[in-house]
Amino acid sequence: MSAPAERTVEVNGFPCRIWEKGSGDPLFYLAGLSGLPRWTPFLDRLAERRCVVAPSIPGFPGAAGHDRLDQPLDWVAAVLDLLEGAGLAGGDLIGASVGGTLAAEAAAMAPGLVKRLVLIAPFGLYDKSFPPPDLWGQKPGSWPQLLASRPEAYSELVAPPEGAAAGEWSIVMTRASEASARLLWPLTDTRLARRLHRVRCPTLILWGAEDKVLPPSYAERFAAGIKGKSTMRIIPKAGHLADLDAPGAVAEAVFEALR
Amino acid sequence: MKLLWFHLMPYTRLPEDFRERHNSVWVDIDRKLLDPAVAHRLYNEFMDELEYAAAMGFDAICVNEHHANGYGLMPSPNLIASALARRTSDAAICVLGNSLALYNPPTRVAEEMAMIDCISGGRLIAGFPVGTPMDTCYAYGQNPSMLRARYLEAHDLVVQAWTNPETFAFNGRFNQLRYVNIWPHPLQKPHPPIWIPGGGSVETWQWCAEMDYVYCYLSYFGYKAGRETMMGFWREMERLGKDRNPYRAGFLQFVGVAESREEAMRLYKEPAEYFYGRCLHVDSRYVNPPGYNSEATQRAKVTSQVALASQRAQTFGGGASWDEILAKGFVIIGSPDEVAEQLKTVAADLNVGHLMLLMQFGSMERDLASYNTRLFAERVMPQLRGLFDDRWENRWWPKPLPKAARAAPAPGETREAAE
Repeated sequence: MSAPAERTVEVNGFPCRIWEKGSGDPLFYLAGLSGLPRWTPFLDRLAERRCVVAPSIPGFPGAAGHDRLDQPLDWVAAVLDLLEGAGLAGGDLIGASVGGTLAAEAAAMAPGLVKRLVLIAPFGLYDKSFPPPDLWGQKPGSWPQLLASRPEAYSELVAPPEGAAAGEWSIVMTRASEASARLLWPLTDTRLARRLHRVRCPTLILWGAEDKVLPPSYAERFAAGIKGKSTMRIIPKAGHLADLDAPGAVAEAVFEALR
Repeated sequence: MKLLWFHLMPYTRLPEDFRERHNSVWVDIDRKLLDPAVAHRLYNEFMDELEYAAAMGFDAICVNEHHANGYGLMPSPNLIASALARRTSDAAICVLGNSLALYNPPTRVAEEMAMIDCISGGRLIAGFPVGTPMDTCYAYGQNPSMLRARYLEAHDLVVQAWTNPETFAFNGRFNQLRYVNIWPHPLQKPHPPIWIPGGGSVETWQWCAEMDYVYCYLSYFGYKAGRETMMGFWREMERLGKDRNPYRAGFLQFVGVAESREEAMRLYKEPAEYFYGRCLHVDSRYVNPPGYNSEATQRAKVTSQVALASQRAQTFGGGASWDEILAKGFVIIGSPDEVAEQLKTVAADLNVGHLMLLMQFGSMERDLASYNTRLFAERVMPQLRGLFDDRWENRWWPKPLPKAARAAPAPGETREAAE
C-alpha cells in the first residue's frame, strides 16, 4: 500500500487532516468509530478507480477541535466546513458509522453538496425495539468483538502506528472515542429522523449482516426516511464496521451504485 | 484541627453472595435488592447517627451525593442536610456536595444551599464535586465530553447567583437565563465556604489554589494510598506559591475505635469486609467513559479509586481481605490511644486540617456506629484538638450567626409546640 497524500483544512481554527489517493473522479469518505488511524484496504480498493478523499472529522485521528462542538448543529456546520474545505462540491460521498451520521446530516442540510450518497451503518436513528448497546459502557477491550466480525482487523486498524509512543497513542484513540460519544451520547439518537427527509440524492444504504451495534433493521428505517431514491444492500459476514470486515464486497457494492 | 463526621449511607442488606450474583453495586444495581421499608429504618438510624455525632462535639457532620448506588442512599444530600439543620445547633453542615453539572438550571443548587444556610443559621459548607462517572455520565446521562465544561460554568453561575446584588442575565455556553435572582441568598457573606472533593488531577489542585477553595481527597483506601495524592497536592501548592496552611485540605479516613485493639478487630471486621467486598463491587464498564478524564490527567496516569477497585477485583477476583484492610490502613482500627496516635501521624504526614472520619461503614448497625462515635469523641478527639491551631488560621470554616441570634426549633411534635 502506498501512502496517501496529506493536506489539512481548518475547521473552526483547528487543523483537520485530509488524506487523498488515486485518480479519477473524487470520492469522499467519512470514517466510522475510531476514525482513520491508518489508511485501509477498503480505501485502496476505491482508489483503484477513483480519487479517494478522506477528511478527518474533528476529534478523530488527524483532526482537532471536537471540544468546540456542543450541539448537533455545531457538528453539521463543522462537517460542512470540512467537506467543502476538502473540495466536495456536488460529488459522491460515503459515510460509515459515525461518519455516516454526519454524511447524512450534510446531505440533508446542504443538498447541492452531495451528488450520490453511500451510508454504511450510520447512527442517528433510534428504534426502541432494538436499542443500540452502550458503546461507552463496555468492558475494557471489548470493542474489537463488538464492532467487527473480524476483530483482528479492528485491532490492526487501531494499533499504534510505527514510531508512535504507546501512551500518547492511547490518548489519541481515547479522544476518538470521546468525539463519537460527544456526538452520540447516551443513546446514539441525534434526532436525525427530523432531517432525514431532506436527503434527496440517490442513496445506497449498506449494512453488515452481523452488525452487533445496529441491527440491519435500521437499514430499512433509513431507507424509509430518505426522500431520494434509496437502495439497500446487506453485506454478508460483516459487522458494524462493514468496510473494514469486507473491503472487497463493500467496494464492489459502492462501484455498482456509483456507476 | 477540625474533625468532621462523614456518612455515606450504605444499604446494609446486600446479600452475602452479592459479588457472585450481581455485576455492580452502581448504575444497574438490581432494584429488587432494595426494600423501601428497610430504607425507611436506615434513613432514620443514619440521621440519628449524624445527629449524635453533632451532639458529641464533632465540628461538622457531612453528607454526600450518589446516584443508583448501593453504598450511597443519598441522591439528594440537600434533603438530609436540611433535616439535620433543624435537629442540630452548632455543628457545621458539610454537603460534599452537589454535582453541579447535573442540575438544570444550576441555580437550583444555589437556591437549595442558600436555604440550608439560612435554616442552619450560616453553618453550611458547600461542596462541589464534579461527580463520579457512575453518578454523572451513566446514572444521570451527562455527556462525559462536556461534563467538566458544564461543571465549571455551573460553578460560575452558582457563585454569581450567591454574590451578585442585582438581578442579572447569564449567557453561558450551556445555560441561558434572562433573570437570575435567587431567593433566599445565603446568610454567610460573600458565600458559604466552598470545598472541592476531587481525585488527583493537577487541574483540580490548580483551580482550588486559584479560587482559594479547600481540596478534599475522600480516600477509601486509607492514608497510605492517599499519601501520594496529598503530597502531589502540596507540591503543586508550593509551586504556585501558596502557603502550607493545613486547612486548605481535607482527607477522609475510615476509623474503628474500641477499648482494645482485639475488641476493635472483633467489632469492625464484618462491616469493613462488607464495604470493601460488596460496596466497592463496581462493574468496570462504568468507571472510565471517554472524555471524563482530561488528556493531562491521562498523561499523568491518574487513575480513580473506583477504577482501581474495579481493576483489582478483575485481577484478584474479589474485594480486599481483612488482613489487607488492616495492613494498608484502609480502616484505622484500635484502642482510643492507638487510633489517636495514628491519626496524629496522618494529619501531620498529609498536612490536613480537616479530617473527615467515616465511623459508620458497610453493614455497621446504629449501636456500633454510636459506640465508635462516642469513644472517639470522648477519648480520641481530646488528643487531636488544637493540632495546627497555634500556627494556622482556618479561613475556610463557616461563620454562623452568633448563638444568641439563632432561632431554635420548637421542641418535638406536640400540640403545645404547634400552638
